[in-house]
Amino acid sequence: MNQQSSIWLPEAASTIAGDVDHLFYFILVTSVILFVGVMATMVFFAWRYRRRSPNDRPTPVHENRIVEASWVVFPTILVAIVFIWGFKVFLEQGIAPPNSYEVNVTARKWSWTFTYPNGVISPDLHVPVNRPIKLRMSSEDVIHSFFVPAFRIKADVLNGRYSYVWFEATRKDTFLVACTEYCGTAHSDMYSRVIVESQDDFNTWLADNIDDGTMTPAERGERLYTLQGCFGCHSLDGSVAAGPSFAGLAGSMRNFTDGTNAVADDNYLRTSIVNPAAQIVEGYDNVMPGQYAVTMSAEEIDALIAFINEQ
Amino acid sequence: MSSADTTLKHYFVSHEQQFDAAKLGMWLFLVTEILLFAGMFVAYAVYRSWHPEVFLQASELLDWRLGALNTVVLLASSFTVALSIHYVQKGQNDKVFLLIILTLLCAAAFMVVKYFEYSDKFSHGIFPGAGFDPHGIIDGKDYSKYNVPFAPQFFSIYFVMTGIHGVHVLVGMGMFGWLATRVARGHFSPQWYTPVELTGLYWHLVDIIWIFLFPLLYLI
Amino acid sequence: MSDESHNYLNAKKGIWSWLSTTDHKRIGILYAIACGAFFLLGGILATFVRTELGTPGETILGQDEYNQVFTLHGVVMVFLVIIPAIPGILGNFALPIQIGANDVAFPRLNLASWYLFMAGAIMAVCGWLFVGKVDTGWTFYTPYSSGASNAVLWLTSAVFVAGFASIFTGLNFIVTVHKMRAPGMTWNRLPLFTWAIYATGIVQVLATPVIGITMILLFLEKLMHIGIFDPALGGDPVLFQHFFWFYSHPAVYIMILPAMGIISDLMGTFSRQQVSGYTFIALSSVAIAFLGFLVWGHHMFVAGQSALSSIIFSMLTFLIGIPTGIKVFNWVATMYKGSVWLRTPMLYALMFLFLFTIGGLTGIMVGVLAVDVHLHDTYFVVAHFHYVMMGGALIGLIGGLHYWWPKMTGRMYNETAGVIAAILVFIGFNLTFFTQFFLGSKGMPRRYHDYSELLDTFPEFAALNMASTIGSYILGVGLLLILVYALYSLFRGPKATANPWGACTLEWTHTGPVPDEHNFHETPQVTRGPYDFHLADDVFGPKNNSQS
Repeated sequence: MNQQSSIWLPEAASTIAGDVDHLFYFILVTSVILFVGVMATMVFFAWRYRRRSPNDRPTPVHENRIVEASWVVFPTILVAIVFIWGFKVFLEQGIAPPNSYEVNVTARKWSWTFTYPNGVISPDLHVPVNRPIKLRMSSEDVIHSFFVPAFRIKADVLNGRYSYVWFEATRKDTFLVACTEYCGTAHSDMYSRVIVESQDDFNTWLADNIDDGTMTPAERGERLYTLQGCFGCHSLDGSVAAGPSFAGLAGSMRNFTDGTNAVADDNYLRTSIVNPAAQIVEGYDNVMPGQYAVTMSAEEIDALIAFINEQ
Repeated sequence: MSSADTTLKHYFVSHEQQFDAAKLGMWLFLVTEILLFAGMFVAYAVYRSWHPEVFLQASELLDWRLGALNTVVLLASSFTVALSIHYVQKGQNDKVFLLIILTLLCAAAFMVVKYFEYSDKFSHGIFPGAGFDPHGIIDGKDYSKYNVPFAPQFFSIYFVMTGIHGVHVLVGMGMFGWLATRVARGHFSPQWYTPVELTGLYWHLVDIIWIFLFPLLYLI
Repeated sequence: MSDESHNYLNAKKGIWSWLSTTDHKRIGILYAIACGAFFLLGGILATFVRTELGTPGETILGQDEYNQVFTLHGVVMVFLVIIPAIPGILGNFALPIQIGANDVAFPRLNLASWYLFMAGAIMAVCGWLFVGKVDTGWTFYTPYSSGASNAVLWLTSAVFVAGFASIFTGLNFIVTVHKMRAPGMTWNRLPLFTWAIYATGIVQVLATPVIGITMILLFLEKLMHIGIFDPALGGDPVLFQHFFWFYSHPAVYIMILPAMGIISDLMGTFSRQQVSGYTFIALSSVAIAFLGFLVWGHHMFVAGQSALSSIIFSMLTFLIGIPTGIKVFNWVATMYKGSVWLRTPMLYALMFLFLFTIGGLTGIMVGVLAVDVHLHDTYFVVAHFHYVMMGGALIGLIGGLHYWWPKMTGRMYNETAGVIAAILVFIGFNLTFFTQFFLGSKGMPRRYHDYSELLDTFPEFAALNMASTIGSYILGVGLLLILVYALYSLFRGPKATANPWGACTLEWTHTGPVPDEHNFHETPQVTRGPYDFHLADDVFGPKNNSQS
């Protein structure tokens, strides 16, 4: 299935997308025919039987049993078809093939992190082409929803339980991932990408990104930047998101909402990580979660600060 | 019959129609009450089916003797209400007054028992929600051993269900107090006693809901 | 039979006579004023939303402000406009007269309902103004809502209180229809509007207590952390969704059934023909009222409920879709060999058929499991429910208001202005929401403040969003035009006759141009059905030349 996008649907790039699209178009065409038929009849009746004199008093029409029976039978058959069809495709969507490659997905306000079986962590989902991929997903906070339009897959991601989706990409390309369950301030910035590549490219990427224990603190910090989802709100290129960018942050003068200011030294950075509500930089809201003092060790916080200092 | 005429609203044709309408309205209201509690019963059923052993264990902390006492008290009050309707139909308003006061006392007794139950729970750190921290030893039971996952859910449901039920009992007490003053002023007659009948219906529902709450929370 | 100078509007004077009235017609007017104000508020919020989305990037609202605005738009429109409006305004005004009663069964309860409704509205607004802005969306999903601003407490209380208004209104109508019908007003002579309000009453009574307890539990979750819905405390967020939709799906029928009733009356009256399939329409309203309780899970196909439940809910959804489709066929068939009079109310009835059919057919699309996985929580769903909620419920309401306007106010509105407004509303509505079907099926998620980053993949989103925004302005102009000529009519409109449409139901045949305070001087005797125009010699004069 290598279908380009149409006026109704985005490009299709997974094995099940074609089935979903066929069903979609079947319902669409049937609906259009039904709709045009009903509307044409309505307009025709409204014109043909328009009132010609204020005293018109038409004689009552006796109901026609055959016509009425057809109104019942015909729609029932149609919905039976689409139900059974939808049910079949739904089962395909729901049951991952047993040989699927598994990747863990973590969602949080407002970023995605993908964790591979060998420990590689990435803000983008790299997958090999033509291989079933099963995602085991969970959220660190509120409900999110993992949506890849090109693959026609979607599932809510909850805190406290796993949910799953699977897909098999049919084409090497980059596809959009969006969050479709409303999750607060930066819901509409919660994107990621699926990068579909050949098995060889995928293997190379996987090997290049493994943590072999020889990382510098700043390199570990970069890993944590991805793992903890900092990138969801703090850019590295100076662009503004829900939180201040890390670019040029270290050593700069920060102005706070309470009117005070301070130089962003290591202690300031530490405070901002473990107690983000203490000082809010002007122009931003107090939206950063306060859990990092618990979820990160002291060494990890040091590493993250080393990483920020390099930006 | 003069008192009866003033009680017939202009938009009704007859007393019978007016009485039937009031009764149907009350029954519909009781349906909404049942559905309100149904939501909580569903929450109970869901959590019980997920964590049956926790619910079984946690229910040991509720004193079934006090629950049983309250059941008896409420059943007695339902009986006195039924009798009061019987006597109002016969026009024996002095008996009606007495029975309504008796019902009111039963309801008060129920709330007093509830007060002791709640304060006992609170004093041992059993609160709904975040403050849940059971401690102390009563009747050989070490409360701190009950601080297990999903025990807070049991007590949240316990407090919410019995709390909302308790609010209904309080509302009922207010209604009986109001009825008693009206009986004393001779407002009711065998021709017109709709408020007594409707309050009675309401009270039976409050009773029935307790009949379900008691075994579900205290016994199983 | 009526003294022209004496009617329910001038029977008593002064603001207090309105605020303390137990007259069902006056309470209907009170609802009209309140719901009209909230509709204006919700509409203004909607224009903010559309303006923000008109161009990519931040246009007029920041992220948080946008989230607060769409939340308030949803809460106001759902709980303060669409749910109460038709039963509150038109049900109160017309239903008792349609069945030949002098009032509803419990007039004081009726007034109390209005006060409860206003109390709920005021709590929502006060929470908004003085406590904090809520940005949870009107669905209040946990755990987002349990971690949100404390104003959630106010909003949930507001929904709880306004819910009781809804319960008591429904209860009142059920009892009224059961016990207060005039002699000869048998069940198969009830106007279909009355049938629809009756069926709605059933849903209100059965469903609303569940949102009540859900709101109590959410309130306690937020206040005391009771751990029922919050996963961080061992609760289950999906349970909240089950609870919420167990009410909120039937609530869709609270919104749409009354509109269907209006359309039935309009099709019959303006076609001067028996409503085709009267019995079916009447009974299917009641059947839908009950079946509507079994389909809530179709809101949760991707929420993590079991596949088996999804399959069952999908099947039941189709079962409920079929009678709805048959109703559309029946309404169209009503015009067959009729005498169709295309006045403004009828234009809205035809518009309803157009928009509601689109809403229904796209409902089939999102009801199909596999397709819903793709469409769920995208703009496709937004477009779908606006076609049903606005294109169905609100267009039905507007049609009904035009229909009963002469009876409510005693004055006619300008027909030309009515037609122009109807055309603007039709064009504006379709431009606003049809574009959103494309946006959604292509993959634009709902509740999005910004779609800049989507433009790399979907460059057409800019044009589609702009078109939708322009459409919303046209729609807004159309709706404002209605407000203008309605106000003009109120003071300057020509006096209406008692039965300007030649309708056959009691509110037109047995009351004066404006009904009296107590509706009827003598109890009407009903001798024919609501659409028996061929028997209505009292309306049209004896039918001696029946060759036409």
